[in-house]
Amino acid sequence: MSGTHGTETTAGPVLGDIPPEATAATGEAGDNAAGVAAVGRVARALMPTTGVISDPTELRTYECDGLAHYRVTPALVVLPETTEQLAAVVRACAEHGVPFVARGSGTGLSGGALPRADGVLIVTSRMRTIREVRRADQRAVLEPGVINLDVTRAATGEGYYYAPDPSSQQICSIGGNLAENSGGAHCLKYGFTSNHVLGAELVTPQGDVVQLGGLAPDAPGYDLLGTVVGSEGTLGIATTATVRVVRLPEEVRTLLVGFRSTDDAGAATSAIIGSGVLPAAIEMMDALAIEAAEAAVHCNYPDGAGAVLVIELDGPSAEVQHEYDVVERLCQEHGSFELRLAIDATERALIWKGRKSAFAAVGRISPDYIVQDGVIPRTALPEVLRAIADLSSSSGVRVANVFHAGDGNLHPLVLFDDAKPGAGEAAEQVSGAILDLCISHGGAITGEHGVGVDKAAYMPKMFTDDDLDTMQLVRCAFDPGGIANPGKVFPTPRLCGEVPGKRKHAHPLVEAGLADAF
Amino acid sequence: MTTVSLDAARTALSSACGDVTDAGPADAVDGVPATLVARPGSTAETAAVLQAAAGHGLTVVPRGRGTKLSWGRPPERADLVLDTSRMSAVLDHAAGDLIVHTQAGTLLADVQATVGSAGQRLSLDEAVPGSSIGGALATNTSGPGRLVVGTARDLLLGVTLVRADGVIAKAGGRVVKNVAGYDLGKLVIGSFGTLAVITDAVFRLHPLPAAERFVTVPFGTAEDAAALVQTMVHAQVVPAAVEVEWRVDGAGTVGVLLGGTPTGVEARTAATLQLLGAGAEAAETPPPGWGVLPWRDDADLPEVGLKLTCALSGLAPVLDTARRAAADVGVPLTLRGSGGAGVLYGALAADAPVDAVAAVVERTRTACTAHGGSLVVLEAPAAVQAAVDTWGPVPAIDLMRRVKEQFDPERRLAPGRFVGGI
Ligand SMILES: Cc1cc2nc3c(=O)[nH]c(=O)nc-3n(C[C@H](O)C(O)[C@H](O)COP(=O)(O)OP(=O)(O)OC[C@H]3O[C@@H](n4cnc5c(N)ncnc54)[C@H](O)[C@@H]3O)c2cc1C
Ligand SMILES: Cc1cc2nc3c(=O)[nH]c(=O)nc-3n(C[C@H](O)[C@H](O)[C@H](O)COP(=O)(O)OP(=O)(O)OC[C@H]3O[C@@H](n4cnc5c(N)ncnc54)[C@H](O)[C@@H]3O)c2cc1C
Repeated sequence: MSGTHGTETTAGPVLGDIPPEATAATGEAGDNAAGVAAVGRVARALMPTTGVISDPTELRTYECDGLAHYRVTPALVVLPETTEQLAAVVRACAEHGVPFVARGSGTGLSGGALPRADGVLIVTSRMRTIREVRRADQRAVLEPGVINLDVTRAATGEGYYYAPDPSSQQICSIGGNLAENSGGAHCLKYGFTSNHVLGAELVTPQGDVVQLGGLAPDAPGYDLLGTVVGSEGTLGIATTATVRVVRLPEEVRTLLVGFRSTDDAGAATSAIIGSGVLPAAIEMMDALAIEAAEAAVHCNYPDGAGAVLVIELDGPSAEVQHEYDVVERLCQEHGSFELRLAIDATERALIWKGRKSAFAAVGRISPDYIVQDGVIPRTALPEVLRAIADLSSSSGVRVANVFHAGDGNLHPLVLFDDAKPGAGEAAEQVSGAILDLCISHGGAITGEHGVGVDKAAYMPKMFTDDDLDTMQLVRCAFDPGGIANPGKVFPTPRLCGEVPGKRKHAHPLVEAGLADAF
Repeated sequence: MTTVSLDAARTALSSACGDVTDAGPADAVDGVPATLVARPGSTAETAAVLQAAAGHGLTVVPRGRGTKLSWGRPPERADLVLDTSRMSAVLDHAAGDLIVHTQAGTLLADVQATVGSAGQRLSLDEAVPGSSIGGALATNTSGPGRLVVGTARDLLLGVTLVRADGVIAKAGGRVVKNVAGYDLGKLVIGSFGTLAVITDAVFRLHPLPAAERFVTVPFGTAEDAAALVQTMVHAQVVPAAVEVEWRVDGAGTVGVLLGGTPTGVEARTAATLQLLGAGAEAAETPPPGWGVLPWRDDADLPEVGLKLTCALSGLAPVLDTARRAAADVGVPLTLRGSGGAGVLYGALAADAPVDAVAAVVERTRTACTAHGGSLVVLEAPAAVQAAVDTWGPVPAIDLMRRVKEQFDPERRLAPGRFVGGI
């Protein structure tokens, strides 16, 4: 299940051992030790000593990502500073058949950066240069370890910002965003990472350096970039990203709207989306999430609210005024009892603080919790939220909801106390049932946190064997040896057969003279 | 292949799909005669047709409505044209969710009519009238609206494909946000039918704007055009489109589209007139040529159709180089496109000498690549296609070949049509 957060990342495994389907993903310590040692030698020859880690205690710092109940100590960690170093390490991995896993900031919530016990973890945290902010081109060129929020910081002076804003934006990396196709509150209007990454330099699993896309749109040939974005590090490692930066809007209005129930707030969301108004963001929190946020950051949300919506409108002032009028009317028609408009930056920040701190804040009201991530059609919001409430009351497991309502991207937080026997299992069951609800409503098993190791077993609920097999044709084209983040995303690996050959000529039958009369 | 095996192939295809005919001259694909035409009515029939074709070693060229079949290189062979026109239903329009699910043979115009009745649109401009959904995806056509809403890759949510071996696969889904699995939709967009046959697709929709206004301003030089474009893209009026048109006679126009609420558009139009300065004019209707590719659609004597891309900062040198290159060889050139997005289309006369076309292509391509972009010859008479490198240099071509090799190891889908002979 997605992201179990203890209050501390040092807490021991919360949900027991790594499930059998995930062990295939992690490898056995000691396997191919000679290969790993050979990669280590290549790395040491190229990098400062602090850039190659093989001390067991130090290695353990990298044993998990944001999904802390899966832990595997990598055989080797390298921290390259340049594309050349990184490519050389990957080439060595390919040569010696050693699996590798890329890691940015390790905030992923699906175990995507979970290391391999028999492999190398390649960390991009020493590749953090913002190469250029090209105002005239509305682009920025970034190294993969650059922190998401730093892009906006570098561009605001020019009147620009980087639109995809995951709640983890103060720490997550652009490379991780690219690999996960991350979203954020403002993706409702501005799109996800895939809409904003226009070029990448990729180190392929063979260690070749290729340029995909670039400053101009529509590069000729297949859109390999579009396929690499969101592929969770299984098709290679991005060593630069060329991203779109967006002009800051003329006006921004942030509203906090209180409703008696999630039913009303969900209906208001559907009405706004259906009306033709496209807010920059519509985020929802239910009573339990509000309680947690109040306890943590005293955001002073409306008293007695069963749900709040945080709605942000942006754009040319003349349009924002109109949108505001429509949104206010629709909220009132759907039972809002209080509507606050932030009048300055401080008030706006306070509204967002409640929302952005909500995941962490839940730690105040529950010792352990699972962060679920699923998507439903937006019109199904009231119905699915009611079904989640029913699940919660029938199982006695509390569920807090804080999520991207405008996109239909749910983040139910399933609360439990691991000290109580059976509580973890009960929480897992509820969390899984929520995903089933998403699937039965025509939705998706992940909207932004990715599949990783966590949801690989759920892929067959959404896709047929043929669908998964076809996706893995791409995998075989990029990574015939299966060494790039193996065991993630797909429940069963596809055997790629022979390494792609160089056959570029006519069909063999034609060449053999057997089919030329047609 | 002997007559016997042609008969056997025809029989196998006919049992896969009720509508199989011998091809006529009109079914030729960019000058390459076809042998058979199959018109499957469903994804399952498409799969059966592709299986039968695989069993008989037939090459297959997918066809939507045949409006862009001359784009790309001619295929090496076209044994079977797989025509999607019987798959022409809009399967589901979920207005409240702003999504539409449609079969691939459906006309883009029919999709627009369906979703338009709910005040919505699929934000794919119809660059070529009469396009099917599958054809528009496979050629990745776009129009002025790409500036804000993007292109097919930004709108496609889910897709059903049939592989060369007849296996049906889907990717993506029916919701606006979804990161489960690889995004195969992106891979088939712009693939010119060389990877798989698209049988249906799910798109996100946008609300139709209540009001639209076009503002145009003349320009004289490439530098002026680029400066006007820069003014608009850095402004906060959020134009829906910023187009550049440079006619053969040297008359240039920058055109800006503003869409939104009536009062909003009025205020933004006033601001735009101010920004663009002397000579700017507002109108309710688009200027002539808006959103239409600049070359003439004439099957017998096709004009040369070019697609130029560059970083925005390269707009002036690219416009200038293209125009000088054409003038130096005495060939008239029209340029038109989404200047604000770094995309331009160029048209050269059909009777331009091959050497002259080659010279224009080469010089202009050098300018495009120097500014992060590319130049592709989309359409050209056969003599020109034979003499120039139509696709130009393609980074990562080896990886692309490997993708093709995985999806279509026997090279039976539109062989030779795409980059690097794929
Ligand atoms: C001003 C102007 C000029 C034009 N000039 C020309 C011109 O010179 N020449 C010309 O040919 N057209 C021209 N067009 C028309 C252009 O016709 C189309 O662009 C249209 O979008 C293609 O759609 P279609 O359904 O007709 O696709 P098709 O033309 O049938 O197919 C286009 C490509 O997509 C592939 N394809 C189609 N459907 C599928 C599918 N379901 N799955 C996978 N692959 C598929 C085909 O194999 C082919 O490679 C012009 C249009 C205009 C307005
Ligand atoms: C409190 C909190 C809030 C969050 N909120 C959001 C949110 O709002 N929206 C959202 O989408 N996510 C959210 N996340 C999840 C996470 O932050 C994102 O997935 C983020 O993009 C991960 O970035 P990272 O640098 O930490 O990547 P990591 O966790 O280090 O890696 C993630 C994946 O990317 C791969 N990878 C990393 N770098 C590269 C590279 N250079 N090339 C190729 N592959 C690479 C890894 O192998 C792994 O599969 C949240 C996480 C936390 C802890």
